[in-house]
Amino acid sequence: MKMELNVHSGSMIRWAKEHPEAVVLSADLGSSCEVKEFRSVLPDQYFSMGLTEQNMVGWAAGLAREGFLPYLHSFGVFLYRRVLDQLEMSVAYSNLPVTFVGFLPGIMTPGGVSHQMINDVGVLRAVPNMRIYSMGDATDIEGILKMAHEAGGPTFIRMLRKEVPRLFPADEIIRFNHARVCSEGTDVAIFSESICTEEALKAIKVLEKKGVSVQHLHVSTLKPFTDPQVVEALKKVRYGAISYENHTVMGGLGTNVAEVIAEHGLGTKLLKLGLQDQYAQGASKMYLIKQYKMDAYSLVGAVEKLIGKDLGIEEGELEEVRFEDYTFV
Amino acid sequence: MVKKTYTNEEIKQVADKVRKQVLKFAIERGGCYLGQACSSADTLATLYLAVMNLGESEGNPDGIRFPGVPSAENMTYPRGALYNGPTTAGYDRFFLSPAHYAGVLYCTLAACGRMNWEAVEHFNEDGWVFEMIGAEHSPGFETNAGSLAQTISVACGTAHARKLKGEDGIVYCYMSDGELQEGQTWEAIQVAAQYKLGNFVLVCDANGHQIEGFTQDIMGIEPLKTRFESFGAVAVEVDGHDIQAIRDAAKTAHPDKPLVIVCRTSPSCGMPFLEKREPNLHFIGFKTPEEIREAEAFMESM
Repeated sequence: MKMELNVHSGSMIRWAKEHPEAVVLSADLGSSCEVKEFRSVLPDQYFSMGLTEQNMVGWAAGLAREGFLPYLHSFGVFLYRRVLDQLEMSVAYSNLPVTFVGFLPGIMTPGGVSHQMINDVGVLRAVPNMRIYSMGDATDIEGILKMAHEAGGPTFIRMLRKEVPRLFPADEIIRFNHARVCSEGTDVAIFSESICTEEALKAIKVLEKKGVSVQHLHVSTLKPFTDPQVVEALKKVRYGAISYENHTVMGGLGTNVAEVIAEHGLGTKLLKLGLQDQYAQGASKMYLIKQYKMDAYSLVGAVEKLIGKDLGIEEGELEEVRFEDYTFV
Repeated sequence: MVKKTYTNEEIKQVADKVRKQVLKFAIERGGCYLGQACSSADTLATLYLAVMNLGESEGNPDGIRFPGVPSAENMTYPRGALYNGPTTAGYDRFFLSPAHYAGVLYCTLAACGRMNWEAVEHFNEDGWVFEMIGAEHSPGFETNAGSLAQTISVACGTAHARKLKGEDGIVYCYMSDGELQEGQTWEAIQVAAQYKLGNFVLVCDANGHQIEGFTQDIMGIEPLKTRFESFGAVAVEVDGHDIQAIRDAAKTAHPDKPLVIVCRTSPSCGMPFLEKREPNLHFIGFKTPEEIREAEAFMESM
């Protein structure tokens, strides 16, 4: 698998060069959020707000009202948990084009609970006017700024940084409210987002060898969640569906899928894989995804449970988990 | 068009009309934010008539029914800011932060000729824009300001944007003193100083009261002038009922720094019969026949 480095960094610079009204606001974490180079290349479009996240959100609302396109950069937790009232009352209510670029989605950071963005989708889905996107690879990241701008409205992006995999061809750009179909199958439907997609691809490769037919969708638009491909996938599978997310199983992708199942009266059995309604500790990615049963092997286990069959897959059969140095900050 | 120059006496009369109308609301509608009208009417009238450079109102003089919340399908509804005139370069902008001062603002717009007095009768009426706690569709409002201390950041962002675009015009933000207890206020002042927002003016209604009592007893915020100065602003302190003093304060030079005008006010100014209620002047209702008689008699004397 090809790895790409600092994809958002270059993407943000390109976008802001094309759109002089685009401005980056940082709360002292710009260098940890891939806008360090931006600051030196486009200093007039970069504003350090210091550690004033609540003020930064309102400030961005003021800029947006005057025709600017603010892109707030920080660790995601500080862009929704710390500032929810400001996000709602100053930005979302007014339906302003303010983009929250939230880094460190899910539990994959040694930063621990204060830095782990585990319920952002659940919280922000309940905020009217919001659009929520989750990045799974370099191709997603390269296209998201343009896609989100065209979709409009207040936007929250679960962004990935540093080394990210190239899972999808660079010319197959991300589409609004349109999942990527990674594989077609009729036994089990798997819906994954964020870094779980990379894990899912590893598991599915082995599952297919064992004769399991998987309909796998990588979901990047989490709100709205009205992609007809989701219903089609649910309708065609025999055993049921699995949602697989870098988030708690409350309010995120799994809840989205459950709502679709209920609203369409499909009655599909659903297993929700993700962080189970709890906080987590900080540690390395490899440790955490095993510890909290969010690794590829846990997905294999969920599939076995769904089809009611032991496939006899050993953990060693799965591709080595990609080592990644998730150095803190 | 040559703008009329108002005398201090004329401005005072406008402020008194505002007080009288808010008293009428309080009597007729089971209560109102009357103390805030008493403390802010002089300052708001002075801002509108003698300080801010606003164009003619572009709002419907009769008011409108609620035009719906902003959404992808509803972004061109008539904004409350229309009553403050064009928001284009050159004109000043006005941001009201304590949204519960809405009644005072509507009445100020009417008393300044930006809206018909009849429109104000829709105050707090279901389905209209004249909510008791206003939002950005409400006459005179730029923002959805009810969650306190958020508007200062939006106003500063607006001032910053105007500066970046090279647009003239001052951004005025009017705040109550209770909001100074919120951390966001100080975040905003700090950043406004950092970005040298010489086009931003904060006018603060320091009436010394909050819901649970006197501010000094609940959560002290003094010394205000020194606090603002130490956060990088130019600050002046005035009697918020002295029209000339407010006019003079607004002329304070503040190159490359935000200006804060701390208006020392009283929430019973102009209505001495309210003094006996101190410090409970946040929301004033007249319940007993005696209270109602007293309030009505005072209103007739105004």
